[in-house]
Amino acid sequence: MYMLYEASINRMRVSVCVSLKQRNLEGYVGFANLPNQVYRKSVKRGFEFTLMVVGESGLGKSTLINSLFLTDLYSKDYPGPSQRIKKTVQVEQSKVLIKEGGVQLTLTIVDTPGFGDAVDNSNCWQPVINYIDSKCEDFLNAESRVNRRSMPDNRVHCCLYFIAPSGHGLKPLDIEFMKRLHDKVNVIPLIAKADTLTPEECQLFKKQIMKEIQEHKIKIYEFPDTEDDDDNKLIRKIKEKMPLAVVGSNVVIEVNGKKVRGRQYPWGVAEVENGEHCDFTVLRNMLIRTHMQDLKDVTNNVHYENYRSKKLAAVTCNGVDTSKTKGQLTKYGTISGKYPLAQMEEERREHVMKMKKMEAEMEQVFEMKVKEKKQKLKDSEAELERRHEQMKRNLEAQYKELEEKRRVFEEEKANWEAQQRILEQQKLDASKTMEKNKKKGKIF
Amino acid sequence: NSHNSSGGSTLLGYIGIDTIIEQMRKKTMKTGFDFNIMVVGHSGLGKSTLVNTLFKSHVSRKSAGWARDEKIPKTVEIKAVSHVIEEGGVKMKLTVVDTPGFGDQINNDNCWEPISKYINEQYEKFLKEEVNITRKKRIPDTRVHCCIYFISPTGHFLRQLDTEFMKRLSHSVNIIPVIAKADTMTLEERQEFKQRVRKELEVSGIEFYPQKEFDEDMEDKSDNDKIREAMPFAVVGSDKEYQVNGKRVLGRKTAWGIVEVENPNHCEFAQLRDFLIRSHLQDLKEVTHNIHYETYRAKRLNENGGLRDEPALPLTLYRLLF
Repeated sequence: MYMLYEASINRMRVSVCVSLKQRNLEGYVGFANLPNQVYRKSVKRGFEFTLMVVGESGLGKSTLINSLFLTDLYSKDYPGPSQRIKKTVQVEQSKVLIKEGGVQLTLTIVDTPGFGDAVDNSNCWQPVINYIDSKCEDFLNAESRVNRRSMPDNRVHCCLYFIAPSGHGLKPLDIEFMKRLHDKVNVIPLIAKADTLTPEECQLFKKQIMKEIQEHKIKIYEFPDTEDDDDNKLIRKIKEKMPLAVVGSNVVIEVNGKKVRGRQYPWGVAEVENGEHCDFTVLRNMLIRTHMQDLKDVTNNVHYENYRSKKLAAVTCNGVDTSKTKGQLTKYGTISGKYPLAQMEEERREHVMKMKKMEAEMEQVFEMKVKEKKQKLKDSEAELERRHEQMKRNLEAQYKELEEKRRVFEEEKANWEAQQRILEQQKLDASKTMEKNKKKGKIF
Repeated sequence: NSHNSSGGSTLLGYIGIDTIIEQMRKKTMKTGFDFNIMVVGHSGLGKSTLVNTLFKSHVSRKSAGWARDEKIPKTVEIKAVSHVIEEGGVKMKLTVVDTPGFGDQINNDNCWEPISKYINEQYEKFLKEEVNITRKKRIPDTRVHCCIYFISPTGHFLRQLDTEFMKRLSHSVNIIPVIAKADTMTLEERQEFKQRVRKELEVSGIEFYPQKEFDEDMEDKSDNDKIREAMPFAVVGSDKEYQVNGKRVLGRKTAWGIVEVENPNHCEFAQLRDFLIRSHLQDLKEVTHNIHYETYRAKRLNENGGLRDEPALPLTLYRLLF
C-alpha cells in the first residue's frame, strides 16, 4: 500500500511516500488502547463549541437553542435579544458550561438580534462577517505567537440560518446572506416554526429551497460519507430531509399519559421530539451527537485555512500590516508564486514611478503658485498706480484751493490797506483842519 | 293632534313608505355593486389563500392562472383581478388587488409608494369622471374600499415596515390589519401578541378601520368598540376541505390535528368574514366615498386652483366651490 501524505495546500508542500505492509502481530502490544487515552485526555480538557444563530426576529431562535441544549439560556430573568428591539444588527455572545457524563462542554451561543428587521437591510450581514473574521484572526494570532500554551478556540463552528416558513421559496435576503457566508462558516439552513406548514407544504417548500440553493451555488454544510454502510444510509436519509424543518419548545405537556415537550393548540399538540411532526430530533442528533466534531474539523481545515491563506496573501502583496505579522512564519512567496527578488524589483519600480509622478505633480503645483504670485504683484502695482494718481489729483485740488484763498486774502489785504490809507488821509485832514481852527482861535 | 313634539307626524293610515327598502333592494340586485379589496403583506403570509377563503371561490391572482412558484418581483407590482360573483340574486363585481414584491427586497425603502400611487390614481379616475360635463350614469368605481394588511406572526412586535406602511396609508384608505398564519401561535401567544400590536398601533397613532372618529351614533360606537377590541383578527386561510366529526369543513391538516378555519375556537377567520362582508361591507364603501375620497378631492381642487387638464369647470361646480 502506498500512501501519499500531503499537508494542506497553503502550507509548505511535504510529500512523504510510505510503503505500508499490513503485518500481523505476534502478541498483544497494547496500542489498541490509544483511542481510550485520547478520549481520557480530551475529556479532561473539555470541549468547546461555538454556535451562531441568524434569522429575523420572531422565528423562534432562542426557543430552539433552549430546546436543543435543555437549558434556559434565555429565561424570564435574563431576557434574550428577542425581547429588545434593535435598530441595528448586533452580535451578542453568551457562554454556558454544560456537563454531562463527566464530559464538559463550553458552549458559546452567538446571537444576531436585529438581523433583517429594518426597512432597509442592505449590508445587515456585515456585522456577522466581521465577527466571524475577527474570531478567525484571534486564532491566527494565537497560533502564530511564540508562546502557544493556551489557545482558546472561539471560532464559529456552525451557523444555523433560520428561514421563515412562507411556503414559497427563499427571500432575496436569505440568498444574499448565505452566498456571503458559505465560504466562511458551516451554514446549516433550517425552516423555522415548521408547525405552520402541513406535511405537503413542507415537502414542496424544502424542494423549492434546495432548488434555489443549487441555482445560486450556495455551499451549505455537507455531511461527510463514512465507511460504514449503515451510517451512510442514515446520512442519505438526513440529506433528503434538508433543510430541516424544526419546532422548538421547552414547555412540557401531557399527551396520552406521556409527558412530551410541545406546543398546545386547540386542535392538537405539536410534539417537538416526534419525528413525524418535525425534524428537531434529526437536528439535535446531527448537531450534538454525531457531527459536532466534524463541524469543528471542517471549520478548522477548510474555513479557517481559507481565511488564513487569504489574509497572508494580502499581507505579502501589499506590504501593509507588517506590525501584525511580527513573529509569524515568514511569507516566502510561495503564495503569490513569484520569487521574492522579482517582487522586490517590482516594488522598487513601482516606488520609482510613484516618486516621478509626485515630482511632476510638485512641479505643476510650483508653477501654478509662481503664476499666482506674479498676478498678485501686478495687481498690487496697478493698485498703487491708481492710488498715486488719485493722491496727485487730490494734491492739485488742494493747491488750487489754497491759491484761491490766497488771492482772496490778497484782495482783502489790498482793500484793507486802501481803507487804512483813506483813514490815514482822513485823520491827517482832520488834524490839519483842527490846527487851522486852533490858529484861527475858534477852539477855547 | 297629528303632530307629536319631536316634529314627526303620526300617520293616520298605512301609506307604504316602508316599501322603499324593498325598492332599494330590488334596484341593488339589478345593478349589482362593486367591491375592491387590496391585500398587502410580504410574500408567504397567505394573502391569496385568505381572499379565496373569504369569498369561497378562487378569486385571487394566484388562481387566475399565474404559476404557484413564480419569482419574487424586483419592485412592488400592483396586479388587479376582477370576478363577478353572485349570491341570492345579488351580483358583486369583486376586484382583488394584489401587491407582490412588497417587503420582500433587502432594501424596502419606499416600497409603499407604488401602492399609495395606485390608490390615488383610482381616486383621480373617479374625480375626473365626476367633474365631466356629460357624466356616465354609473361611474365605474375602482377605488380601493378596503386594504387588508397582513402582519407576520412573529409573536414579538410589529416590524418597522408594518408601522411605516400603516402610518402613511391609514389616512387615504381603510386599513384592516390581520395577523396572518395564526396557526403558528398558541392561544396564549396570540393574546399577548395582539395586546402588544394594539398598543403599538395606538402609540404610533395609526387609525385602522373602523375609525373612532367616524362612529355616527352610540349604537355604532358600541358595536365598533367591540370590534376594535378584538382587532387585529388572527386568521387562518384554507381552500381545502376535510371531514371533521361528520362535517365537511375548510381546514389545514397537520400531523397532530386539523385546523378548522371557521371554528371560532381555532382562529378568528369567521369573525373577520362576518365583520368584513356580512356587516360592514356597505360601510366600508361609504367611508371610502364620503371621507377618503372627499379628502382627496378637496386637496386636489384646492391645489393650483383646480384640475389643470379640464378646460372649463362646469357651472355647478363653480357654484359649489365659490
